Amino acid sequence: MSENIIKITGVKKYFGGVKALDGVDLVIKKGEVHCLAGENGCGKSTIINVISGFYTPDAGTIEIDGKEYTKLTTQQAIEAGVQVIYQDLSVFPNLTVRENLAITMEKSSGRKFVSKKRFDEIAHKALSTIDFKVDLDEYVENLTVADKQLIAISRALLYDAKLIIMDEPTTAITQKEVKNLFEVIRGLQKKGISVLFVSHKLDEVFEIADHFTIFRSGHNVYSGPTKELNQALFTHYMTGRDIEEEPFVYEKKDGAKTVLEVKNLSLKDGYKDCSFSLRAGEILGITGLLGSGRTELAETIFGVHKADSGQIILDGKEVQFKNVQEAMANGIGYVPPERNVMGLFMDQSISDNISVTRWGDCRKGPMMDQNAIDSLVDHWVGELSIKIGNTADTMRTLSGGNAQKCVLAKWLALDLKVLILNGPTVGVDIGAKYDIYNLTKKLAESGLAVIIISDDIREVLLNCNRVLIMRRGHLVDERMTKDLDEETLSKLSVEY
Amino acid sequence: MSFKRLTKKTEFYVALILIVFCLIIQARSGQFFTPNNIVDLLRSLTIPMMFAVGEMMVLISGGVDCSFPAIASLSMYFVCTKLDGAFSNPIPYFLVAMALGLCMGAVNGFIVAKYKFPAMIVTLGASSLWIGVMQGILGSSEYPLTFPLYQLGEAKILTGTNPVTGFSSNLPVHFGFAVVLVLIGWFILNKTMLGRGIYAVGGDEVAAARAGFNVFGIRMFIFCFSGAMAGFIGVCRASMMMTVNPNNMIGMEMDVIAACVLGGVSLVGGKGSVIGAILGTALMTLVSNSLILLGIPTVWARVFTGLIIIVGTGVSAVQEKTRKNTLHVAVSDQ
Amino acid sequence: MSKETTAKKPLEMILDNSSARMVALFVVVFIACSLLQGKNFLSPDNFLAMFRQFPEYGLLAIGIGMALIIGGIDLSAVYLANLSSIVAGLFVLRFYHGDGEGGTGIVLASFVVALLIGAIGGILNGVLISGLGIPAMLATLGTQSLFWGFGVVLTGGSTLSGFPKVLGNMINMKFGLFPITIVIFAAAAVITAIIVQKTKLGREMKMYGTNNRATVYSGLNNFKIVVCTHMFSGMLAALSGIIMWGRYSSAKADTGATYTMQAILIAVLGGVSPLGGSGSVTGIVLAVLIIQMLSSLLNMYTFIPNACRQIVWGGLLLVVMIVNYYLDQSKKKRH
Repeated sequence: MSENIIKITGVKKYFGGVKALDGVDLVIKKGEVHCLAGENGCGKSTIINVISGFYTPDAGTIEIDGKEYTKLTTQQAIEAGVQVIYQDLSVFPNLTVRENLAITMEKSSGRKFVSKKRFDEIAHKALSTIDFKVDLDEYVENLTVADKQLIAISRALLYDAKLIIMDEPTTAITQKEVKNLFEVIRGLQKKGISVLFVSHKLDEVFEIADHFTIFRSGHNVYSGPTKELNQALFTHYMTGRDIEEEPFVYEKKDGAKTVLEVKNLSLKDGYKDCSFSLRAGEILGITGLLGSGRTELAETIFGVHKADSGQIILDGKEVQFKNVQEAMANGIGYVPPERNVMGLFMDQSISDNISVTRWGDCRKGPMMDQNAIDSLVDHWVGELSIKIGNTADTMRTLSGGNAQKCVLAKWLALDLKVLILNGPTVGVDIGAKYDIYNLTKKLAESGLAVIIISDDIREVLLNCNRVLIMRRGHLVDERMTKDLDEETLSKLSVEY
Repeated sequence: MSFKRLTKKTEFYVALILIVFCLIIQARSGQFFTPNNIVDLLRSLTIPMMFAVGEMMVLISGGVDCSFPAIASLSMYFVCTKLDGAFSNPIPYFLVAMALGLCMGAVNGFIVAKYKFPAMIVTLGASSLWIGVMQGILGSSEYPLTFPLYQLGEAKILTGTNPVTGFSSNLPVHFGFAVVLVLIGWFILNKTMLGRGIYAVGGDEVAAARAGFNVFGIRMFIFCFSGAMAGFIGVCRASMMMTVNPNNMIGMEMDVIAACVLGGVSLVGGKGSVIGAILGTALMTLVSNSLILLGIPTVWARVFTGLIIIVGTGVSAVQEKTRKNTLHVAVSDQ
Repeated sequence: MSKETTAKKPLEMILDNSSARMVALFVVVFIACSLLQGKNFLSPDNFLAMFRQFPEYGLLAIGIGMALIIGGIDLSAVYLANLSSIVAGLFVLRFYHGDGEGGTGIVLASFVVALLIGAIGGILNGVLISGLGIPAMLATLGTQSLFWGFGVVLTGGSTLSGFPKVLGNMINMKFGLFPITIVIFAAAAVITAIIVQKTKLGREMKMYGTNNRATVYSGLNNFKIVVCTHMFSGMLAALSGIIMWGRYSSAKADTGATYTMQAILIAVLGGVSPLGGSGSVTGIVLAVLIIQMLSSLLNMYTFIPNACRQIVWGGLLLVVMIVNYYLDQSKKKRH
């Protein structure tokens, strides 16, 4: 018997040219709550997919409960007692809650036939573990993000697992539900079950974890017990930077006018009665849980949704955008949260991805003017120092950070008044992340009004002069960031 | 299941439309609810209904199969011409045709599951291939039906006679086979983990793989099953028509796919039910069979088929669009 | 790009570039045909016959190729071609009262009518796909039935004939060795190539075919892209309908039913991705020529039944897709 539930040595995983994991180690003892920390794009999600057997590593060894696996499959991982709550939840939208809760359990116990009675029992048992109430016959696609997350959690807790991996399990759920979850985790720990906990919420990880492993850019940078770590050290390991970053300071210039004003905006099942205003040169943060309505609010300003009531006033004039084209023509840009799904054309060239918003202006008669496009693209590749091989290569050849810069370039190529960034540094490596921060600050200083929507408290504090807190579809609080610290904002942003 | 939930289902509306349609035909012609007309409808429903069950399973898994008429025709034509008189019992004919169909389905399944090519293009290509093999190598002329199958074709479940006109129609035993096949399809989809796996793969392939489902295996199974069923249905069709016609099933794939979608089966996978597929098929069959009763000239038949496909799929497309645009934020009342 | 990739071996360069792949395949097939059936294949008569045959399905292949580029498909093209020629035919029969002579003006006007019907049919496809959100396969399946059905209704299920001689003369006209149909085909191919490769619409089509959610978030107009693509594809179908109408001097609702499959094969063989987002008209044109050569070659072996062509088309489609898959894999590995 091994005292470690899992031991990973020298694991490497490459995607094309991108080194997601470049030789990492991870050891988790039995009955330990282990926190895996690291900034966006450090390789956390990749290692989780390696442990669950979903990715096959390019090098390195995996040992679960003393047994070494050369080619771990998902089924083997499940049988060895590994359960994962994936960040993307991995639920089945087309099945009912009951089926979602029971199907993996029944599959792994090798059942061949469906029994409604057994499905029912499993589902009830699963829900009772975290005291969660939901209609078992509802299809999961009709649920809120928070409910989906609770389903993913309760499904995983059901197992007689030896290791439960939780990848950002609390991004959408309320404080009370987090408390329930933590109680369950402590109960598991007593039974000798290990938990690998991944979260960007500092207060949570410091509360629950016994041991920390910190990744940076696909490497280990720290491994040790929680008590040896303090917040300053933690930040140091996470970012790898000793210099304190200069937070953004907004200097109200004379004549800096209000660019955007939102008055009592409401949208059914989206948000209610939201009002705020934004001046030129400001960087406004919006934070809150996933599913709090922040994305819906931003996308209304960008013309994706139409508000049921309320006003959007741009440069003193009331506007109502029927579609994105109109919002764009009025100087509004939006970097969407899911880069690969909504932001980029992965199989098209870098050049086309950057220039797409400007094609209307790059024409000679009816034909496209390739020279104009080339000079436009070259300009922005240089301006944002995007690292590429050739502008004709496809988007797939780029790392997350450079890809995100291309999305930004697409919007900066237009003459914008308001730029909305939704989760701008998710899946972005550290270097590119600080490039994006600096760029955003520079843009604001040149008079652009910027909105950053983010989960990342540090990101909001570092880059925004003002922050709005959104909870259950309402803007509930507004603070100046200079009066806030991480802990306070973190507490403000959760729900009770 | 509550009534409210029932009204959210496409099947509910298809059934409603079907009933209204029947009543309209009855009102206009007075000939709808007569025993021979009902038997005629059930008879013409037999083959499309069986195809629909196979197709529906492929659609639920997120694929599509355009090659089943080709597979059905080739397996049927092979056993009926090459094995003519080889057996005195109809069962071996069915078994050999099913085995042939299974092999052809396996080719589809392998290419789709291994290379992840669009199933429509792959099965269109395969369809061309099998039709070519049949017409180019085996020949494409009508052939007399082998005796055991002919005998089977004469077997009937019941006869419906119109008390007024005296016209009568027979319900062949094949309708019974169809009912059995439908039940098997229903059982696999709803009562086995394999069936749940088919829905899971169609809903989210990555999540299904993470849950331990063998995605490759499930895709292989579906195409093999659809192929084997096609072989069976091909022989059924020949025995029902009492002649071996290699060409009269070709082109059915599109009507069957349309019927499934009409009945609420999603073309992107994950959704659909046996009852929906059958209701959709019934609606399509009813429309094309009842134009005469409604006094509409037969030259308009295709136009009506086209309209019903467009209207039916249009309604579910608009519903799907609305569903996708529905937001899911739990806005509090404060 | 690293140095190794710029100094590739010639063979790898050909295999890596889909256009070069097509040219190579074209040359190989041409040489094979010449070796196998030199006397017949290289004769002027054979060339003339080939030139006469391919424009009608070549135009359909280009149209369906465009639908594939935006990640859809067009199953209705053949029947739209027939419907266009039927309506144009009825137009001629309505306004032409001669005894076979004259009627040039009316015939030319009827070509415009045909193109108009093609455009309207295409717009209908586009509206159903993008406006209502019906998957392209089902929308064009529905319109296939609809166009076919209207063709049957308008002709009463029979064949339209009795057109002025000038119709046949016009379509069968020759410029030296080249029939007019090949000139029409070439002109249509060049215009489509310009649209796809050089215009804003062409680029937007490829973007839409790659990711039609990102197009929304990049401020492109999805509805316009889909409707324009299908309208143009519908007009190409109408052009094909005109050629078939003129070649046989008759029009009916179900001419060329097997062309749908053949046109999809040609488009995929020509390098159009069945997943959408990429493809070139040059590739499709080369594929049309390759298919025509193979078809003529098969014709020269009289003992091979006509239906065997279907085996070749279907088999080729599957083999080409699999070969392309492995070539792309090895390309990715080397980079």
